[in-house]
Amino acid sequence: MFTIILIMAGGITLGWCLRGRKLPFLGRLTNMLIWVLLFLLGVEVGGDERIVEGIASLGVEAIAVAVAGVAGCSLGAWLLWRWAKRRKEVASK
Amino acid sequence: MKGSLIIVGFFILGVVAGRLGWLDIDTFGFDISFTALALLMLCVGIGVGSDLGALKSLRSLDSRLLLLPLVTIAGTLAGCALIAVFMPWRSLTDTLAVGSGFGYYSLSSIFITQYRGPELGTVALLANIAREIITLLGAPLLVRLAGPLSAISAGGATSMDTTLPIITNVSGKEFVILSIYHGFVVDFSVPFLVTFFCSL
Repeated sequence: MFTIILIMAGGITLGWCLRGRKLPFLGRLTNMLIWVLLFLLGVEVGGDERIVEGIASLGVEAIAVAVAGVAGCSLGAWLLWRWAKRRKEVASK
Repeated sequence: MKGSLIIVGFFILGVVAGRLGWLDIDTFGFDISFTALALLMLCVGIGVGSDLGALKSLRSLDSRLLLLPLVTIAGTLAGCALIAVFMPWRSLTDTLAVGSGFGYYSLSSIFITQYRGPELGTVALLANIAREIITLLGAPLLVRLAGPLSAISAGGATSMDTTLPIITNVSGKEFVILSIYHGFVVDFSVPFLVTFFCSL
């Protein structure tokens, strides 16, 4: 499982060494790999009767998690904004 | 938005192919998903590494606002933990892993499929696409209710690319650098957090 993280760390080091150089193929290659992987995820999903039948309830579940996540972080962002603003007002007085 | 449609298109094409039995992944002889994932992570890493220098302009920002990525991560996970209570058929760590995509649907769904199987991978794909759509459509409302940082926070990992235009629009131009920095840090946290919650 951590092989992937190691590979990414290697990529970051490589990228740091290549900084300033234009890597026009990188974005395209990344996109193509994402397409391949999402296609393969689709193949697995399509071949799995249970998932195809449950897609509607999986969708509802997904939307619930998304809404909960956005609500949670918005609340946090609101608190941070209030804190940052109040400190600024105190500082300018 | 066009990029998301292409990605969803490939996913749907895959579903059709799997449904009709056009190809069987198990007959490839090697783990094609893992190989492609490893290559993808190498590319993502190179992209991150070569962009590190772009973060120098951050010094001009209010230091408190630099906490925003942490607030986004903590707030999202808190929200997901709360909703997990109402989903007894899913474990808490599964829900947290899905939430840890922060809108980065391609990478998070791929990771979760690898670790937890295609069912949770599908939930992750849909949940993180939903997050991006909620941000794109709901940003004006969020900013009115919870201030300018909320749109950036809601954008999650996408606040540096796909949702950046709408954030600049509703939060203001002065938040562009913060939004890019935020997206960068949250984006970077996705593989770590997803792996972490999947290994618990």
